[in-house]
Amino acid sequence: MTSLAAIRGSRHAQIVLGLLVGICFGFLLQKGGATDYGVIESQLLLTDFTVLKLMLSAVIVGMVLFAVLKHFGYANLHAADGTAGSNIVGGLIFGAGFALLGYCPGTVAGAAGTGALDALFGGMIGTLIGVGLFAAVYPALKNGILARGPFPAVTMPELLRLPEWAVIVILEAGMIGFLLVLEYAGL
Amino acid sequence: MIGIFQDAAWSPYIAGAGIGVLSCLSLVLADRPLGCSTAFVKARGLIGRFVDTGKTDTMEYYREIVPQVDWAFMIIPGVVIGAFLSSSLSGTFHLSWVPSLWATVFGNSAILRLLAALAGGILLGFGARWAGGCTSGHGISGSIQLSLASMITAACFFAGGIAVAMILYRVIGVIL
Repeated sequence: MTSLAAIRGSRHAQIVLGLLVGICFGFLLQKGGATDYGVIESQLLLTDFTVLKLMLSAVIVGMVLFAVLKHFGYANLHAADGTAGSNIVGGLIFGAGFALLGYCPGTVAGAAGTGALDALFGGMIGTLIGVGLFAAVYPALKNGILARGPFPAVTMPELLRLPEWAVIVILEAGMIGFLLVLEYAGL
Repeated sequence: MIGIFQDAAWSPYIAGAGIGVLSCLSLVLADRPLGCSTAFVKARGLIGRFVDTGKTDTMEYYREIVPQVDWAFMIIPGVVIGAFLSSSLSGTFHLSWVPSLWATVFGNSAILRLLAALAGGILLGFGARWAGGCTSGHGISGSIQLSLASMITAACFFAGGIAVAMILYRVIGVIL
């Protein structure tokens, strides 16, 4: 694993690889339809399920692949503790912005790349302002609301007290089943 | 072979599967999840440093997420370039101010759309950092790692998003 450590430790390699991964990500988001305001907003209006199909496909493939990579020591677990005050409150604030803007932090950049000027001058500038505001209030929130209501477990297997493989089988079956239902319903 | 890169759209299942592989590749190559909102923190911190280095460097948040050009920062310029390449290859790249779905309800005013996008972006950036990640970091990378917090966060992104989209299009849009 020395070569992997060398790649992770090289500042220049990380900058180049980060750019390349970003390019592939933007390419796939655009091809998948997720850089389009209408596609994202229609998902939130529950009239078009492209975004959910894209995300669930990513999770279906990634979940199995990550488990294999982790088993063989190529990847580490990065799951962190969560709290209701941070994850639920923050998630709902994010959701409000998601609907008003019609893009998320990745797809807003992708939309800008397709020529959407509202994403470039509205969304990306707004997001920069938003993260700056959060940085300013962070010290006041850190030990307050962000620490409130800790979740009982870090991962799903810990929560359900089931072996990891069993949780993966259940979640994969649930996600694939959900996509089949969507297709069957013609959505 | 080049033909598929010129297609206007791929099946979301295929593009999604590719993003799943890419999210794992990020964990292998960088030992960090594929997230997008961190890049905005780093960019904002770099702008802050340019304006007032001393103030930015004393801020606790920028000591935890150091403003520098690194893997996490490069994701966003990469996404812009990748989407530009994809849309250019398929001939769908075009400059626009107002998305057509928005225009059907809120009209063709670029100023109104820009203000809404700006306000939405502020909430998005603020909420993403409040929750510790965004659709890609929590929704995809966190979920593939079976993170409980990430799955709950992703559910809240959609719960909040669906509620506000319904208010915008099914309540305000109907009144207008």
